[in-house]
Amino acid sequence: MDQLEVDLGGRPVLRDINLRLDRGELVGLLGPNGAGKTTLLRAILALTGIRAGRVLVGGKPSRPGRCEIGYVPQRHEFTWDFPISVEQAVLSGRTGRMGLFRRPGVADWRAVGAALDRVQLTELRRRPVGELSGGQRQRVLVARALALAPRILLLDEPFTGLDMPTQELLGDLFTSLAGAEHAVLMTTHDLVAAVDTCSRLVLLNGRIIADGHPADLQDAALWTTTFGVSDTSPLLKLVKAI
Amino acid sequence: MSITDFLTDLFNPNLAFLPKALAIAVMSSIVCGVVGCYVVLRGMAFIGDAVAHAVFPGIAVAFVLQGSLVLGGAVAGVATALLIAIFSQNRRVKEDSIIGVFLVGAFALGIVIISQAPGYAGSLQQFLFGSITGIPDRDLYVVGGAGLVILGLVLALHKEFVAVCLDREMSRSMGLPVFWLDIVLYVLVTLAVVISLQTIGNILVLALLITPAAAARLLTDRLGVMMLLAPVIGGSAAVVGLYLSWSYDTPVGGTIVLIATAVFLAAWLLAPRHGLLARRWRRRAGQGDGSRPSSLSDPSSRQEASPVTR
Ligand SMILES: Nc1ncnc2c1ncn2[C@@H]1O[C@H](COP(=O)(O)OP(=O)(O)OP(=O)(O)O)[C@@H](O)[C@H]1O
Ligand SMILES: [Mg+2]
Repeated sequence: MDQLEVDLGGRPVLRDINLRLDRGELVGLLGPNGAGKTTLLRAILALTGIRAGRVLVGGKPSRPGRCEIGYVPQRHEFTWDFPISVEQAVLSGRTGRMGLFRRPGVADWRAVGAALDRVQLTELRRRPVGELSGGQRQRVLVARALALAPRILLLDEPFTGLDMPTQELLGDLFTSLAGAEHAVLMTTHDLVAAVDTCSRLVLLNGRIIADGHPADLQDAALWTTTFGVSDTSPLLKLVKAI
Repeated sequence: MSITDFLTDLFNPNLAFLPKALAIAVMSSIVCGVVGCYVVLRGMAFIGDAVAHAVFPGIAVAFVLQGSLVLGGAVAGVATALLIAIFSQNRRVKEDSIIGVFLVGAFALGIVIISQAPGYAGSLQQFLFGSITGIPDRDLYVVGGAGLVILGLVLALHKEFVAVCLDREMSRSMGLPVFWLDIVLYVLVTLAVVISLQTIGNILVLALLITPAAAARLLTDRLGVMMLLAPVIGGSAAVVGLYLSWSYDTPVGGTIVLIATAVFLAAWLLAPRHGLLARRWRRRAGQGDGSRPSSLSDPSSRQEASPVTR
């Protein structure tokens, strides 16, 4: 991303964003509510108009429908009461790729099977999505993104509302994806999980406040500016502790 | 009247309108049942209602000009559907308000237009409540042709409709033309409504769209099954409804809708997994004998799926 600027409803939301994401990286995007995290992901996907700057994916301008990017939106974007099985929900991630008027073929089902394997949902593949727990639902969404076999994975708050074991399972999955030459970018409000799993953290609040390895982000000022909290906030204690 | 009497009447050349009415009622309920699945799953029942009312001015114009009612209704309905789709892109006024505006506006226009035609009261009643007499042969082909086109489009675009229904944001990121898919779906709903108006009538047509699909949803958790069940329920309601209406001289639209409603209520009570009785029964079984594999020891029902089982 090069000098990226985004306005929404006439208000500036993102300014002066320069960010480079490489293969093998697992980057955590941290910032308060309204910081523009989701907007940044949408800008990368070319789902929102940008005012200035550019987003390049693999050297080419980003546009919707490119298969290099897998997107995992927040869990509430999905219609969970829809009468559809887990494997069909995952298959729906390939709809754009199959093309209009086409039916899913062997390659599509093979990709679905592989994605379900990765998130360990193979046993539940015939279960209706409405009968899954929060953690299982999150895994369905990740599998749906993986069904495209993307090089880049964008995740919007994948850990929100999940217990520790499930966070760990997903965290391990993201780490192994990054290890397999994927580039992974995830927003999160879970500092502990972010520090634990990410190879790099980006602090965002309208602009990029800091960008580096978790160990290099000890300076309390970075965190107070990003989150607008006072010097005595428990957040800082947490930062110091980890 | 016995079934054999009904069959005799069906093949009685003096009652030629009866088989025609039956054919149109069955075809349109099948089409409505299929399209209605999307309407129910997306929670767009209100759009169906709007479109049903919006076709009225078109029918009124066609009536005044002595043209094809189906065609007139289709033009007006599609125009309204497009207006709703376009206006609802502006998020400042919510979709349901937009629909409310156009629904009543179009209906008002229809009333004003039709009042210009002499002797409109009788025909007004026909539009509103449906009738089985006076169907021109031409309409039989129009309804059949339109039905095939609608079902064909549903078959062709099914996976796109499902994707948009599941997750609009994701569909956009996949590069699907979400806006155009919405428009096509609105137009399909409109056409399904228009071809059903003749027998069911303007006010009750919504039931043909919603009730069979909603009943089917209660009976299954699989979309494919739901989209087969809904037209079967709708088609059967049409046959049984027409038979009863012919036997007891009741209004045909109302009778068909009552049958469909009865099926819905039965599904609500008796559905194998989510019906009221099945839940009661499972609860009893779960309490009675701890050793048999009850729903409580099945991890699948441990989660939020069982607010009533508890
Ligand atoms: N459609 C919109 N029109 C105008 N402003 C918007 C729109 N969507 C978001 N915004 C604004 O853009 C800013 C960034 O929103 P965004 O959703 O990217 O925040 P976020 O960092 O994802 O927050 P959260 O942690 O709450 O998910 C917010 O201040 C919000 O008010
Ligand atoms: Mg967000």
